[in-house]
Amino acid sequence: MSEVDNAALQTQAESLLQNLKEKNFQLRGPERMAIPSQPMPAQDPQVRRHNISEVALGYTPAQAMVEANRCLQCKNQPCVEGCPVRLPIRDFISHIAVGEFAEAIALIKESSLLPAVCGRVCPQETQCQVHCTLGKALKDINKSVAIGRLERFAADWERAQGAAKLPECQPDTGKKVAVIGSGPAGLAVAADCRRAGHSVTVFEAFHKFGGVMLYGIPEFRLPKAIVEAEVETLRQMGVELIPNFLVGRTRSLQALLEQDGYDAAFIGIGAGLPNFMGIEGENLVGVFSANEYLTRANLLKAYQRGVAATPIVEAKRVAVLGGGNVAMDAARTALRLGAEEVHLIYRRSEKEMPARAEEVSHAKEEGVQFHLLRNAKRILGNEQGFVTALECLCYELGEPDASGRRSPVAVPGSEYILPVDAVIVAIGNSSNPLIQQTTKGLQFNRRGNLVCTEDGRTSLEKVFAGGDIVLGAATVILAMGQGRRAAAAINEMLAE
Amino acid sequence: MALLLPLLCSPEAFCRHNHSAGPHPVAGPENSAENMTIKPYTILYKEQLSASVFLMRIQAPHIAAERRPGQFILLSINHEYGERIPLTIADADTAEGSITIIFQAVGFTTKQLAQLPVGAELAVLLGPLGRPTHIEKLGHVVCVGGGVGIAPLHPIAKAFKQAGNRLTCILGARSRELIILEKQFTALADELIICTDDGSAGRKALVTEPLQELCQSAQKPDQVVAIGPPVMMKFCVETVRPFDVPIVVSLNTIMVDGTGMCGGCRVTVGGETKFVCVDGPEFDGLKVDFDGMIRRLQAYRSQERRMDEGHECKLSKLEQR
Repeated sequence: MSEVDNAALQTQAESLLQNLKEKNFQLRGPERMAIPSQPMPAQDPQVRRHNISEVALGYTPAQAMVEANRCLQCKNQPCVEGCPVRLPIRDFISHIAVGEFAEAIALIKESSLLPAVCGRVCPQETQCQVHCTLGKALKDINKSVAIGRLERFAADWERAQGAAKLPECQPDTGKKVAVIGSGPAGLAVAADCRRAGHSVTVFEAFHKFGGVMLYGIPEFRLPKAIVEAEVETLRQMGVELIPNFLVGRTRSLQALLEQDGYDAAFIGIGAGLPNFMGIEGENLVGVFSANEYLTRANLLKAYQRGVAATPIVEAKRVAVLGGGNVAMDAARTALRLGAEEVHLIYRRSEKEMPARAEEVSHAKEEGVQFHLLRNAKRILGNEQGFVTALECLCYELGEPDASGRRSPVAVPGSEYILPVDAVIVAIGNSSNPLIQQTTKGLQFNRRGNLVCTEDGRTSLEKVFAGGDIVLGAATVILAMGQGRRAAAAINEMLAE
Repeated sequence: MALLLPLLCSPEAFCRHNHSAGPHPVAGPENSAENMTIKPYTILYKEQLSASVFLMRIQAPHIAAERRPGQFILLSINHEYGERIPLTIADADTAEGSITIIFQAVGFTTKQLAQLPVGAELAVLLGPLGRPTHIEKLGHVVCVGGGVGIAPLHPIAKAFKQAGNRLTCILGARSRELIILEKQFTALADELIICTDDGSAGRKALVTEPLQELCQSAQKPDQVVAIGPPVMMKFCVETVRPFDVPIVVSLNTIMVDGTGMCGGCRVTVGGETKFVCVDGPEFDGLKVDFDGMIRRLQAYRSQERRMDEGHECKLSKLEQR
């Protein structure tokens, strides 16, 4: 969307808002349903594919108010049912609808600790927005109330006002909580346990805090300044944040509990071991896990060539294997790093893609070429061991499998060669074996995920867990939700 | 002849009690109380061991307390824009709370690291990483070290010796000035064999020559440990293979996080993909695909060269001003 379009959107919103004000925001249902849904202003695809700035620019106050007035304020609030943290969606939207932005964000923050993040990266179309009465009435999920965009608006509005209000903390209890990992699950635990008055220390293996929100999700989808602001809030609340500390190696979990006086520990270390395809040529130079590629680009800022010391492949033709959000992030990052062609290879059809629809369409707009019902068969290289091409195999959809998705079946003899100079493998992660290697008594399932109860209790006393190490690869909001449940259980245990 | 060599790494470098006598004293006795509050990652001591090899002792109490032979650290010298590189731990002093690293200034980051003075702080220091060496009493253990690989070999050799093994050490380098820690190995080993390519110290031979002789001798090794340049390790493996002697190698590959997250360090071992950071760094040498590993180490060679040129270029501009 060009700047001209963005200006037109704003003009249209202002005129709609004028009408709403004239009616004193008192509208009947059909009138609300008639308000056009407000598109998200965005950078022009041809411009943004060459920069790392955020793609979606966010609603203006007028656009947010107009969009909020589309909400039918349902009595039964079906949207809330779809939210992993049960955000009071209807009620915060009712505040935005009349311009009470401070009230809106205050309400959101009672349930969500990271609204600026979740507003951006939550899969609303499969959570809250899929249940929206308006979307159902208009027979188009894309016409549901844009809950995520409104959540983001409220959080961004608050940040723009200057210092956000610090959550209040109970008087010190003298109890100590160790939080291992500073991703969404860990940050949620840190905030909730600190609010209960406990002393909280967050241990992070990287040199910066935020976990996947920092190393994984690119700047153009989630600006790092937002994550840093959330971390800074925790610091101001009195949470101690220790970087470059790998629990299990720098200090064992047992030592933290038995010698260092921690009364509880939360493991939120993510699913950090990249899967590879297991095909020929996968260890050639120029084949990367998406984790490596994105970490180099995001956390280590390799996109700032000549400034960052971390090198990153300078590929002109890139293949990305996978169809999830991480695959989209890697493909779009490759464009921004100067690739002329980016080919996304996915085994099933677009309908089965686990990536958010918005990310898929953003990737397409920017010029990522989709090869659907295709899979990598082997990777070819030259004598020096550098990647030169990908051999792909065509597939067609067969019968639905156990997950309900139609499983792809290879078409014999359909191989073709795609010349590329880099291959990024984005087919998911397994759980990191480190904590398992170094902690006795923790129970893991066959896939290497930590086994724990609904409220995050593991097989070890005083040890809780949540996020991707329990769920397998999931989302920011699910990790945060698990973190909050575990924090509640920790606070309950420490109150005894 | 070997014993007449100059002492290229002073024993003081390994011991805090004498460190003020070293070439770069960090703190005199008058401000030793400040040692209590030295910031983590501070460079406490620095010594140039040869034209391109440096030794540093760095404040890192947690790592010093936990590290075991065979483990490594990951460091970076710039918080925002630094590159994270793995380096092996040569020694640690738990009383001082420091670790010793020995590195060759060959890459972009190691060259800059070598420029840092005593008192400077590293931006990132993570460790100890990797699985420690499996130490047990096996009989005759032969430790082979090449170039800066001699540094990480030292704690491993020491541990094998302490476990009651007969210890033979073979140290190799291009020339006499690149043989490090000779004094320490002389004190440690039951037998020490020094090899140089140019014959300027010890035997004029590759380390594989005495290794082969040992394998053929009555004192056939029960275990070989080889640490050094990939090519050296590869040929050590090929040397012992016909003799059915077990050999452990320690791999130093490209890493980003050092915790298993990126897979950049992966190597093929026995036909399987392994991550050096969490599965290693030590592997059964007989199973390692060295050629594949050597190729992967070339990944950023051309970019690194350009970074170097760019870097020197900027410096020379500054000098002109």
